[in-house]
Amino acid sequence: MKVLDFSDVITAWPLFISGFFMTCFLTLASCLLGTLLGTLCAWVRLQGPSLLKLIVAAYVELFRNTPFIIQIFFIFFGLASAGFKMGAIVASLVALTLNLGAYACEIVRAGIQATPKGQVEAAQSLALNRWQIFTRVMVAPGLARVWPALVSQLVIMMLATSVCSQISAEEISYSANFVAGKTFRSFESFMVVTACYLVIAIFFRKLLLWVGPRFIFGRMKF
Amino acid sequence: MNRRFSVLSVVGIACAVLTFNAFAADEALTNILARKTIRVAVPQDYPPYGFVGTDMAPKGYDIEMAGIIATKLGVKLELVPVTGPNRVAYLQTQKADLTISSLGKTAEREKVIDYSVAYAPFFDAIFGSKEVPAKTFAELTGKTISVTRGSMQDEELQRLAPGALIKRFEDNNATLAAFLSGQTQMFATGTAVAAAIKQKNPNQSLELKVILANAPCYVGVPKGEAKLLARVNQIILEAKKTGVLDEISQRWLGAPAGVLPE
Repeated sequence: MKVLDFSDVITAWPLFISGFFMTCFLTLASCLLGTLLGTLCAWVRLQGPSLLKLIVAAYVELFRNTPFIIQIFFIFFGLASAGFKMGAIVASLVALTLNLGAYACEIVRAGIQATPKGQVEAAQSLALNRWQIFTRVMVAPGLARVWPALVSQLVIMMLATSVCSQISAEEISYSANFVAGKTFRSFESFMVVTACYLVIAIFFRKLLLWVGPRFIFGRMKF
Repeated sequence: MNRRFSVLSVVGIACAVLTFNAFAADEALTNILARKTIRVAVPQDYPPYGFVGTDMAPKGYDIEMAGIIATKLGVKLELVPVTGPNRVAYLQTQKADLTISSLGKTAEREKVIDYSVAYAPFFDAIFGSKEVPAKTFAELTGKTISVTRGSMQDEELQRLAPGALIKRFEDNNATLAAFLSGQTQMFATGTAVAAAIKQKNPNQSLELKVILANAPCYVGVPKGEAKLLARVNQIILEAKKTGVLDEISQRWLGAPAGVLPE
C-alpha cells in the first residue's frame, strides 16, 4: 500500500464539492445571524431593560463557558428527546448562531463601550433619535474598532462548522470522514480538507476585511 | 542555499514520499514478545462485544478474546479503546497490534489489513420502533436510518437499500442516541447489540425490521504480518476446538458460537 495515494480521494470529488458548499453555507448563514444576534445582545447589555439584561448575561455566560460540541449535541439530541425536533442542518445553524452570538455580543459591546461620551452627547445635541445614535454613532464606529477581533471570531466559527459532521450535517469534514471510512485513506482525505479549510479561511478573512469598511460601517479614522 | 534549490529539494522529498511503498517487515510478533505487551484495539460502546461495566472496567466478548490471545502469547494485555470508524486506522498507523472490535470482512478493508479466522457470530440488522412498519429493503425507501460511519451496516445499507435516507454518526452511541431521541426512524446495528440496548431501555418500543447480513467478526491484523496472523489463527482455532469460544459466546450472546468461517 502506497503511503500517499490520492486516487480514491480524487474519485470522491463530488462529495468534497458538496461538502465545501455546505461548509460555506453554514459559515455565511451563521455568521450573518450570529453577528446580528450578538449586536442585539450588546445593545441589551448596554441599554436594555434590566430583566432582559440578566437573561442575555446568563445566555452569554452559558455559551461562552461550555464546549461547542456539547451545545450542538444538546440542541440536536437533547431538544429532540424533549420533542423539539430539528434536522441536522437546522440544528447546526441554531448551534453556530447561538455560539457566535454570545462571543460577538462581548466583542461588539467592547467596541461600543469605547465610544467617547462626547461623541454621543454631540449626537444628542444634533437632535438625533436614540435609534440613530445607537446605529450610526455607537455601533458603526464600535464595529470598525473591533472589526479585526470580530473577523477572527468569525473565522473561528467557520472552523467550528467541522463539528457539525458529528450530528450528520454533510459539510466538508463529513465528506473527509466518509471517504476516510470507506477507503481507509485517512491521511489523504484529511490533507484535502485541511487545504480546503485553509483556503476558505484565508479568503473569508480577506472578504470580511474588504466588506467591513465598504458596506458595514464605512471608512473611519481614529 | 538559493531559492531554486530549496524548491527543488521540496519537490524531491515530496516525490520520494509519494513513491515510497510501506512494507511490513513481518516483525510484529517478535516485537510483541520482546515488549511483553500486546496492544489490542477494542470497542467500548458496543455491548455485549465491548463495553464498560458498572465497575468502569471494560468487558465483553471482544475483550475476553483479547485476553485469551494475550494469555496464550504470555504477554500483558493493553486495551486501546477505539470507535467503529477509527479501529482500522489504529491498526494501519501501528497504534495497536491487533484490532478485536467486532470487525466484519469487506473487500475495502481487506485491501489494507489482514483477517484472522472468524471468532464470533454477528448479524447486521435494521431496528426501529413498532410504529414504523418495514419488512423489506424496498420499504426502507424514504425512511431515515442512523448508522455508524464506515461500519459494515453503512456499506450494506447503501448497497441493499439505496432509497433509505442514511444519517451517519461517529460511533455507536451517537447512532443510538439519534434513534432514541427521535432524530431518525430506525438504526442499524448488530442483533446482539440491539438485544443489549433493549435490556437497558425496556420501555423503548424496539423491533427488528430487516436483516442486512450475516457478518461474523474477525481479528484484524496489520498487512503483511504473516507470523502474527498464523499465531492468532492458531489460538482462535484452539479456543474453538476446546469449546472456550462457545463458552464465551454463551456468556455474552446467550448462544454458542456456532459454525464460523475459517
